[in-house]
Amino acid sequence: MKRLFGGMGQASTPVETPEARADAVQIRIQDLHKSYGTHEVLKGLSFDIRRGKVNHIIGPSGSGKTVLMRQLVRLESPDSGQILVDGVDWATLHGLTLDRMRIKFGMVFQMSALFDSMTVFENVAFPLVEHTSMSKQEIRERVMDRLGILGVAAAANKSPAELSGGMQKRVAVARALVRESEVLIYDEPTTGLDPLTTQTVDELILETGERFGVTSIVISHDMASVFRIADRITFLNFGRVEATGTPAELLETLEPATLAFIKASGVSQDILDERSRNG
Amino acid sequence: MTSESKAAPRDADANQAPGESPAPSVVDRLADGLFQLVLSPFVEIGALFTVLWQTLVQAVRPPYRVRLLLASAEFIGVGSIFLVSLTAFFIGAVLSLQLVDGFRDFGAQSQTGAVVGLGMARELAPVFTALMVSSRAGSAITTELGSMRVSSQIDALVTMAVNPIQYLVVPRVLAGLVTVPILTLVFDVVGMFGAYLVGVHLMGLDPGVFMERMRWLVDWDDVRQGLIKAAIFGFTIALVACRQGFHASGGAAGVGQATNRSVVQNAIAILALDYVVTAVVIGQGL
Ligand SMILES: Nc1ncnc2c1ncn2[C@@H]1O[C@H](COP(=O)(O)OP(=O)(O)OP(=O)(O)O)[C@@H](O)[C@H]1O
Ligand SMILES: [Mg+2]
Repeated sequence: MKRLFGGMGQASTPVETPEARADAVQIRIQDLHKSYGTHEVLKGLSFDIRRGKVNHIIGPSGSGKTVLMRQLVRLESPDSGQILVDGVDWATLHGLTLDRMRIKFGMVFQMSALFDSMTVFENVAFPLVEHTSMSKQEIRERVMDRLGILGVAAAANKSPAELSGGMQKRVAVARALVRESEVLIYDEPTTGLDPLTTQTVDELILETGERFGVTSIVISHDMASVFRIADRITFLNFGRVEATGTPAELLETLEPATLAFIKASGVSQDILDERSRNG
Repeated sequence: MTSESKAAPRDADANQAPGESPAPSVVDRLADGLFQLVLSPFVEIGALFTVLWQTLVQAVRPPYRVRLLLASAEFIGVGSIFLVSLTAFFIGAVLSLQLVDGFRDFGAQSQTGAVVGLGMARELAPVFTALMVSSRAGSAITTELGSMRVSSQIDALVTMAVNPIQYLVVPRVLAGLVTVPILTLVFDVVGMFGAYLVGVHLMGLDPGVFMERMRWLVDWDDVRQGLIKAAIFGFTIALVACRQGFHASGGAAGVGQATNRSVVQNAIAILALDYVVTAVVIGQGL
């Protein structure tokens, strides 16, 4: 941390109010816009992310899910609108102030994005080595603890390329969680995985959410997974929020065409029925 | 494009008649292509200077990543010694062979060592070293950074609050700046060894004359001119290679294209810079 503060006369970190931290809504996205040249991708999105819940963002290809994710974790800057995270507007943060706040989000990329020049252990230790003054021993304990919880401790000295897709995802989750992030974002965590691995990744998302009490944001194509594990669903279409709510609410409010899209994606009627009963 | 001209191609598309594609679209596309052709070098140079500026800013900002710098220096420098030496040996040998043969016609073969030494120190060593480093290390850097880009590893660095320019680009550019001059010295020495071997042992030149003439013509200024070029080339190679990798897109194919561009741009950059630096150093020709 010291090195981030070092010598830069920047504005101090924006403060999160206790009220904001007690709010069931952790992230409030308001009227978010993003264009590339003349191509408007996000056309004024507004919706909430609930604290400690599994929040899915779904929608057809090209609807802007990935672009939304990139604004949310500030890989890019939105053109206008607000991203209130515990009361702090992330849309306007920049430079070292933004870097200092980044600990809030842990990101699990679609291809896991583990550094292939490092071992699994070094990958998970990386955020600690970069940003904390923890001793080697403390780092070792923390990393092995995370790897153990996620069931990949045995792979600590392997290189990421030696692991299966599902195991890579577990390591990526361990890395995202190692600095006590509060929000975990999964970008298409099950795309390209076989049905069995898909199920273990679904379980991983649920388990991780409960075990670490984090807020999960899952960008997904996989409608079956969505209706199995989501607490909240936001449905994007052409850069707009088409519907947002619990799975049961969603099934009630959706237009027939959207329902057809969901059914076409392989969600069995059973799951839909069950979710509308339980919702 | 006006709304009328938009409507016209749609009709033509519907008919799918070959050879009947409406004139505006062809002209438009031609103009577009021409525009891109004229514009793209400027876009490239703009992108390169952006990365250059960020690299300079990040290079002076702590933390200083000495370990990464050493690793890069090992990869670019130590890893290229064999290739550079091999190139140097054969360049020196063949030059010696040609010059003894050519100079013999007017009895000047005793100047072989001097001419090889001068050409090597000023031009051949830095240029060939740079071209070799570019094709070996430069292409590898672009491929590595490109793969990191398309597999989101660079995005991952950003979300973990680690500046990717500082973490990836600065060590490589500094390593290029430092190691290419050293490799150029290696080239000088090995190249002269090759020239000596051929000139003296195969072509029967007098060893004393060979060395004495070389010492008489080649002095420190010539070597220094070569080293200045080498430093500039080394910096440029790594910068261009990093910039191409950093901005790669489009999966494995995109990384391949970026690597291709990296090697081509570096070859052009080395040869063009060579002329400019030479002109500046000797104070004429610009
Ligand atoms: N950097 C960019 N420059 C220009 N256009 C972009 C850029 N990134 C995304 N787009 C455009 O934004 C639109 C939405 O893309 P996005 O990747 O967010 O879709 P998505 O919902 O994630 O789709 P998928 O489910 O296929 O991943 C697409 O039309 C895409 O072409
Ligand atoms: Mg996407």
